[in-house]
Formats: sequence, structure tokens, C-alpha cells
Amino acid sequence: MFVSGNVIFEQVLNGLTLGGIYALIALGYTMVYGVLRMINFAHSELFMLGAVGGWGLLALWPGGATLGGICVIFFVAMVGSGLLALFLNRVAYAPLRGSPRLTPLLSAIGASLFLQNVVFLWRDSQLAFPPLFVSGHFHVGHLDVSFLQTFIILISIFLMVNLTLFIRKTRLGKAMRAVSQDAETAELMGIPVHRVVALTFFIGGALGGAAGVLNGLYYGSVKYNMGFAPGIKAFTSAVLGGIGSVPGAMLGGFLLGLLESLGAGFLPKPEWKDVFAFVVLIIVLLFRPAGLLGKNRAEKV
Amino acid sequence: MLSVTNVHVSYGRKIKALHGVSLAVREGEIVCLIGANGAGKSTLLKTISGLLWPESGEIVFNGHRVDSVPAHRVAALGLVHVPEGRRIFPLMTVQENLQMGAFTRPHAHEREKRLRWVCDLFPVLGDRLGQEGSTLSGGEQQMLAIGRALMAKPRLLMLDEPSMGLAPLVVRKIFSVISDIHRSGTPILLVEQNAQEALRIADRGYVIETGRIVQEGKAKELLIDPAVRAAYLGVS
Repeated sequence: MFVSGNVIFEQVLNGLTLGGIYALIALGYTMVYGVLRMINFAHSELFMLGAVGGWGLLALWPGGATLGGICVIFFVAMVGSGLLALFLNRVAYAPLRGSPRLTPLLSAIGASLFLQNVVFLWRDSQLAFPPLFVSGHFHVGHLDVSFLQTFIILISIFLMVNLTLFIRKTRLGKAMRAVSQDAETAELMGIPVHRVVALTFFIGGALGGAAGVLNGLYYGSVKYNMGFAPGIKAFTSAVLGGIGSVPGAMLGGFLLGLLESLGAGFLPKPEWKDVFAFVVLIIVLLFRPAGLLGKNRAEKV
Repeated sequence: MLSVTNVHVSYGRKIKALHGVSLAVREGEIVCLIGANGAGKSTLLKTISGLLWPESGEIVFNGHRVDSVPAHRVAALGLVHVPEGRRIFPLMTVQENLQMGAFTRPHAHEREKRLRWVCDLFPVLGDRLGQEGSTLSGGEQQMLAIGRALMAKPRLLMLDEPSMGLAPLVVRKIFSVISDIHRSGTPILLVEQNAQEALRIADRGYVIETGRIVQEGKAKELLIDPAVRAAYLGVS
């Protein structure tokens, strides 16, 4: 098989695009895990709802969305998925706080099925997500770069940079880290833990909603069951990076995206890409069970 | 300023931890609560700070009923609890830990001022502001835990076993810091197993056994009380 520099570049670009989407979804898993030690298995439906919601909004621009329209779609998809995450927390998880760990997990699976079926009843088929703007390429030297991929990568990086600044620099962001490290002590500092948890759900949901729109743009279609595969991949990314770690989810997402697309490009059969990606995951976890950036919470007593 | 009246607390339905405990801390006092492991000392502090809610009884702080009030609201009233085992945020820097202590203080300039004041009080923290909490030694972590509580401008400070697991020299330093804080005008409720040191700096003391206050009095009197000496001071 002949491998040119161009092909490698293309696969790296594909990987970064896919990785950015995985990373955005993975952040929702890892942040909620960070504050509650719970996997929100309904998170992938927030991603799906962001995408389907974005599709629904496109009807407002019959002649194709303008740049302003795209901003509105992103904004509404993010706020909508964020609010839905809040609602999910309120009705499906908060009442179960203090119960055995398996209980909210089952509630999450139930919520996931419920949300999928609601969308299924509304639209049960593949829905075309038209390209919102020029689907062309530009050239860097002799390399072809797609506008759409560049857009997706830039948006996902933009969101992640802002999230990082929020968590590192603001009082609320620091409170979020404090809650994830020791919720009881955070409460003793006067931090309203339940509100910080709600905020975490909102932000995670909003990022998932943004990922949904990006995913719709990238693949050109959305469907009620589209959350499953990216959800599993994003969850894997979060574990690969170290569940509970925000930079870990970003790293894990990009890494998994790259592994998959390089695997698809260079393995004898592209269908082996998932095998390749998951073999790497298993190897990493054998040597670093807490994930790449996960920390074993060793505390002095 | 703090009065606890006839408080009953249980874990679950069966395990009763406190059987009608009453206790008071007045303006300007250091009050110490001594007792063995499992006597209910930490349970009492957690109940006062709102982490646990009593089945019955009343807790009043500066005129506010605080039993069955969420802990973050109790903290906002200035009733600040330094939990057992220090419980610093291990992955946050010393500075961030201190900033979290001032979470309830609304004004940025006040938070800055208190940060400088705490760093003067504990120069070791000032030197390590950028270091992660988990890299500090046990004694430094205890200083950080106390410093973090002081960031909240406490009107009453509750300390749960601040000397636990520390070297004798460090213990002495911690107790001298506690007296300093007290002298600067903050009343303190101190829970300790190190009864000797605690009673020496306290005004009054309570002895708790299996969820009941069995003795109370002036610290000086407890220090020479034969029963207390035999049970808690290792002297017969």
C-alpha cells in the first residue's frame, strides 16, 4: 500500500475533526463523573438532541442558514441541551442521591431510552442535515484542507479553551474543582454543592449539544439513535484520558479520533479501526489504570 | 453565641450517636470537647455545621436556628468547621485552597486582604502559594486547613482534632496558633483527643462519652479532676 504525505495529513485532519467531537462529548461524561462519581449514560442523548434540535431549527432558514443563523443554531442547541441536562439531573438523578450506585445508573439508562423514543416518535428516519456553508477546500502548499473540518476543529478547540479558562480562573470554576475533589469540605466552605452539580450538568450538556450540531454538519444527517456509537467512543475517550480529568477527556478524545482515522487509513481493512482504537485503550489501561492524566487520589491522613 | 440544646442524632434508624447533648460557646471563649474515639465528638461538630441534621433538639447560632439548615448556609453565617483529617483540596494550589475558604465573602478586595493576612499568620503558606495542596507535609496541611477557615472571616471556629497525627513540635505550634486566633477575638470550639494540651489553652471543657455529655466545667478544674485525669490524661 502506497502511503503519501498527503494521505497521512488527510487522516490526521479526519482524526482531529472526529477527536474534537469525541472530546466535547467526553467532557460531559468526565465532568459529571468528577462531581458525582456517576456515569451519566443518558449523556449521549443530549448530544443527539443537540443535533436533532439543530436540524429542526434549520427549517427557520429555508434558503440555507446565514452565519448569524449558524450562531443561533449553535446557541439554541447548546442552551437547550444544557437545560435538558439540568432537567435530567432534577428528575432522574437528584432524587436518587444517597442511594446505591447502581440505582442512578439504571435511571440513566431509562432516561436514555425515553429520550430516544420521544425523538423516534417525532421523526423515525434519517434526517438530512444540509451543509450550512461552503463545503469547499482551501490549499496549504499542495495540501487540500476542507473548510468544514477546519471549522469543526476550531469550534471544538474554542469551546475547550473557554472551558479550561472557566475552570482554572473563575471562582465558580474553582468551586467546581473543589466539589470534585471533596464535596463535603466544599460544602463546609459555603459552596452550594447541589448548585455546582447542576451547573456541571448544564455545561456538560451544552458541550454535548454543540458536538451534536458539529456531528450533524460533518456527516450531513441526524437520527434518533445517532448518540449510541459516539457516546460509547466519547466515554472511552474519557476513560482513556482519566475519568474525572478535564484535560484528560480532551486528550483522550483527540487521541481516540486520531487512532481511529489512522487505523482506518492504514490497516488492511478500514473496519478494523475500532479494534485498533480499543486495543490501544486496553494497553493504556493495563499500564495506567487511572487513564493517561487520571490521578490516584492519594491523601495524607 | 452558640447554644446546642438536647440534640439527638442517629445514623440510619438503628445507630444512635448523640443522646440529648447540650453545650454552649460564649463570646470570646475557647471551649474544648474531649472524649474517646467513637464518643460522638465529630458527629456533634457535623451536626452543628449542618452536615448532619438532628432528629430533635435545637441549635442556635447568633440568634439563627441552624439545625436542619444546609451546611453551606451555616458556613455563610460565619460558623466555620475545620473537619477531621484536614481535608484540603489535594489537586488545588495553596492559593486556590485559601480562595475557596473565602467563597462566602462577597468582595474581591476583602478576599485579597484576608489572603495577605493569612499568609502573614502562616508564612509557610505564603511561601508555597503556587504549590499543590497534596505536596504539603501533614503539619503544613493542617495550617492550610486552619488558614482556609480563617479566610471565611469566622465568627466561631470549630476545629476537629487539629493535632491528629502530627509530631509533638508541630502540635505545639498548632496549639499556639489556636491561642493566637482566639486572642484576636474569634471564639473556638475545639475537639481533641490530646486533652492535656487542649485543656491548657481552653476556658471551659466538656467531656463526652458514648453520645452523652458526662462532665463539664472550667478547663483548669477538669485538668485536676481525678476522673478526667485517669480517663483522658493518662495520669492516675
